Amino acid sequence: MSNLFDLLVAGLATGAIYALVAVGFTLLWQTSQTINFAQGEFVMLPAFLMLAAMHAGAPFWLAIILGILLSMLLLGLAFKMLLVDPMMRHGVLPLAIATMALAIGLKEAVKQFFSAEASPFPSIVPTGDISILGHAVSLQSIGVLAVAIVAVFGLTALLNRTSLGHQMQAAAQNPTVARIIGVPVERMILLTFLINAFLVALASLLITPIYLAKFSSGEVLGQAAFIAAIVGGFNQVRGAIAGGLLIGVLDNLAAAYVSTQYRAAVPMIFLIAVILFRPQGLLGRAEERTV
Amino acid sequence: MSGFAKPLKIALGLAVIAGLIVIPMNFNRYGLFILSQWAVMSIAAMGLNLTLGYAGQVSLAQGAFVGIGAYAAAIMTTHGWPLPAAIVVAIALSFAVGWVLGYPALRVQHHYLAFVTLAFSTLAFLVFRNESWLTGGIYGISNIPRPHFFGIATSKPLPFYYVCLGSLAIVSVAVWWLIRSPWGRAFMALRENPLRAQSLGIDTRRYTLMAFAIGSALGGVAGALYAPLTQYIDPVPFNLSLSLDLLMMVIVGGAGFYFGPFLGAMIAVLLPEWLRFTEGYYLMIYAVAVMGLLIWSPTGILGILDRYLAERRTKAASALRAVAKSRLETVQ
Repeated sequence: MSNLFDLLVAGLATGAIYALVAVGFTLLWQTSQTINFAQGEFVMLPAFLMLAAMHAGAPFWLAIILGILLSMLLLGLAFKMLLVDPMMRHGVLPLAIATMALAIGLKEAVKQFFSAEASPFPSIVPTGDISILGHAVSLQSIGVLAVAIVAVFGLTALLNRTSLGHQMQAAAQNPTVARIIGVPVERMILLTFLINAFLVALASLLITPIYLAKFSSGEVLGQAAFIAAIVGGFNQVRGAIAGGLLIGVLDNLAAAYVSTQYRAAVPMIFLIAVILFRPQGLLGRAEERTV
Repeated sequence: MSGFAKPLKIALGLAVIAGLIVIPMNFNRYGLFILSQWAVMSIAAMGLNLTLGYAGQVSLAQGAFVGIGAYAAAIMTTHGWPLPAAIVVAIALSFAVGWVLGYPALRVQHHYLAFVTLAFSTLAFLVFRNESWLTGGIYGISNIPRPHFFGIATSKPLPFYYVCLGSLAIVSVAVWWLIRSPWGRAFMALRENPLRAQSLGIDTRRYTLMAFAIGSALGGVAGALYAPLTQYIDPVPFNLSLSLDLLMMVIVGGAGFYFGPFLGAMIAVLLPEWLRFTEGYYLMIYAVAVMGLLIWSPTGILGILDRYLAERRTKAASALRAVAKSRLETVQ
C-alpha cells in the first residue's frame, strides 16, 4: 500500500506539471486554433534560458525572473507575431507543420549553442523527505504540486472571476461577437500567448530539476501534454487540468504495474479509447462536426 | 501546370527522368545513398499525399507504415525470401493495418484524427522496440540482402539506386492513374465536401478507409525498399519524427499537388545534405527555411507556382477581354 501511495503522490506531481503545459496548449487552441507541436520544446527552452542567465553570473532568483520574462518575450510575443499571426488565416494544418519545424529549430539551437549533454538544474524546493500519515513523501513532489496548484487556481480565478478573464473567454468562444461588444480580441489573443509562455516557463522550472535539462527532453513532455489536453477535453481548461493529473498518475502506475517496456503504451491506448468513445474529452463539450 | 504548352511539359518531364538516370552514374556511394533515400521517401510521401492531400484525412502515422514495410522486408529477406515477395507482403500488411486505422477516421476528423494516428505511431514504435523475438528489439536486424533481378546483383549502390528509381516510377504511374480514375475524384470529393459527396451517392465510408489503406500501403512499399537500402534497421528511424517529417514533406511540397511529394522529399532529404557545410547549423537553417516557406506560402512550393500561373491566366484573360471590348467599341 505504501508503494501505491508513493506512486500516487509522484504521479500527481508529474501530472500537475503536465496539467500546466496542457492548459497552455488548450488556451492557444481555443483563442487562435494553434496546435502547438513545439509545446514540449517550449518547456525545454526556459530552463536553458535560466541556466544561461546563471552562467552569466546572475543569482538563481534573478535567473528565474529573467528566464520567465525572456520566455514570455520569445515563446509568447515573438512566437505569436512572427509565426502565428501570418499563418492563422490559412487554417490549422500549415501552422501545425510550422510549429513542428519550430520544434526542430529550438532543439537544434539548444544543442548547438548550449550543449548536447544533460545539464543539472537547481531545484526551487529543498530536497529531502517529510512524513505524511506515516509515509515519507519527497518535498520536491509536494513543492511541485503546491506551485502547480497555485498556478492553476490563479489562472482559473483570472479566467472566471475577472473582467479580463471574461473578455478572454469571449474572444475565444466567438471572436466576431466579442469584437462587436468591444472586446479587444487581438490583445486577448496576445494575452493567452503570454500566459502560455508563463505556464511553460513555470513547468520548466518545476520539471527540469527532476529530469535534468536536455535539448530533447521536450519530446516526451510535449506528447504527454497533448494526451492530457485531449483526454481531458481539448476545449476546456479544467479538462486539461484533470487530463494532466490523470495521465501523470496513469503513467506512474503503468511504470510500476505494467511492464516498463510498454509503459508508454498505456496513455496512448487510453487516448485512442477516449477519442473513439468520447471525442470531446472526459470534461469537454462537443464541438460541431462537418460530418 | 496547365500554363505551359504540352510539348514543353513532356520535354521537361523527359529531361528530368533522363537526368535522374544519367547524372548519378558518376556519383559516389554517399550521393547515391541520399538519392535512393529521396526516391524511397518520395514513395512514402506520395502515399501520405493521397491520404492527406487528396482525401483530406490527416495522418501522423505514415512513418509507422514505413516501419511495418521495412520490418516485413527485413524479416523475410533475411530468411531467404526474394524482395518482390516481401514487397507484396509489406503492401498487404500495411494496407490491412491502414484499413483498420481508417476506422477512427469515420468517427472523428481533423485534429482528433491526427492524435489517434499519432498514438498509433507511438504504439507501433513500441512494438518494433519491444518484440525482440520478431524485430530484434533495439539491436535491430542487420545484413539485410539486396535483391537479384534477372540474374543481376543490385548489391552495389548504383544498381540499387535504379531499383529505387524504378519503383518510384511504377508507383508514380499508378498514383497518376489513380487520381484520374473515379476513385481519385471520389477522394477529392471527400476532401472538399464530405456531406455533398455522400449525397451524390459516394460511399464516403468505403472511400475514407480506402484512402487510408492505399496511402499506408505506399508507406509499406517505401519501407520494403528502405530496409535493403540501409541493409540494417532498428526501431529508431521509425519513431514519431519520421511521421512528422513525412507530413512536413507533403505540406512543404504542396499537399494535393501531384508533384508535391517529390519536391517535399527533395527538400527534406537533400536540403539538409546541401547545408552540411554549415555543420551544426544545418538543421536549424532547415527549420527556419520550412517556417519561412510556410509563412510565405502555406500551400507549399507548388502553391506558389499555382498562384503565379493563376495570376498569369487572369491577366491574359483580362487582356483578351480588354481587346474584345475595345473592338466592340470601335465597331459601334
